[in-house]
Amino acid sequence: MPVNADFQGRVYPPTETYRVSAAKIREFAEAVGSSDPVHVDADVARARGYADVIAPPTFAVLIAQQCDAQLIRDPEAGIDFSRVVHGEQRFTHHRPLTAGDAVVGTLHVDTVREAGGHAMVTTRTELATEQGEAVCTATSTIVIRGGE
Amino acid sequence: MSTESSTGSSTGSSTGSDTAAAATAPAPAPVRAFSGVSVGDVLPPLTVHVDRARLVQYAGASLDRNRIHWDEPFAKQVGLPDVIAHGMFTMGSAVTLVTDWAGDAGRVVEYGVRFTKPVVVPYDTGADIEVSGVVKSADPQTRRVTVELTATSGGEKVLGRALAVVALD
Repeated sequence: MPVNADFQGRVYPPTETYRVSAAKIREFAEAVGSSDPVHVDADVARARGYADVIAPPTFAVLIAQQCDAQLIRDPEAGIDFSRVVHGEQRFTHHRPLTAGDAVVGTLHVDTVREAGGHAMVTTRTELATEQGEAVCTATSTIVIRGGE
Repeated sequence: MSTESSTGSSTGSSTGSDTAAAATAPAPAPVRAFSGVSVGDVLPPLTVHVDRARLVQYAGASLDRNRIHWDEPFAKQVGLPDVIAHGMFTMGSAVTLVTDWAGDAGRVVEYGVRFTKPVVVPYDTGADIEVSGVVKSADPQTRRVTVELTATSGGEKVLGRALAVVALD
């Protein structure tokens, strides 16, 4: 089933608020092996000028993938999740995600294209606080493998 | 298991009021100075060992519970050689090379990779990911440094075009 090219350019409404917690930051930092105490020790974080403990650089994927799910689970998009492979990922941090942040994600479908029998979809999630402060731009390209 | 608030600070700062905590707050670890960095500098390499337990840990932490990352029969059924690591696990663990070198994980302002090959994680042995990094460019105006990362597993390059930009002091 081909991916629906009409989805290119689509922008989804902002998601429900995601609240960044110190506990989730610690859990994520331990899982990727980031031993910087700035993830777990609020005193260290404040001494470096942050409001509270901060997330590792790839933590935003956790929120961005929840945003991507809006597209992937949309039956009209025609994406077979069992054939999805992660092709590329990029983050631009306007500032680190910080414990206590209440962020919403806005999903943009930047490109939908076919190449070599596969479909490639690039999405961009703009993460901002509820007050509208830009925090992170997460760009992801997924490859939907074609039938054999 | 410690709670969220008792972070086990190794600085010996006393517990108590915010004021007391502020008075004994640890000195910030020095962030690497831009002036000491040159293009071509090689960062200390890193070996990341990954086994099934680690992938289950990452699955829970990241909320990416795709079965191909922990369920061997399922992975093989969908045509993979074995369980494979989350690309995002590889990306997230590789960048610790950069954050340790920079001295503050909050200094990474851009980070992007291509996932070129999966990291295959056999049940018995797990897998090693070898990560290295080199300074590709340094901008004195912004004091931003671009580090190119190389990550291999089983002799295969698993990340491509892996670039992290860090803002130094």
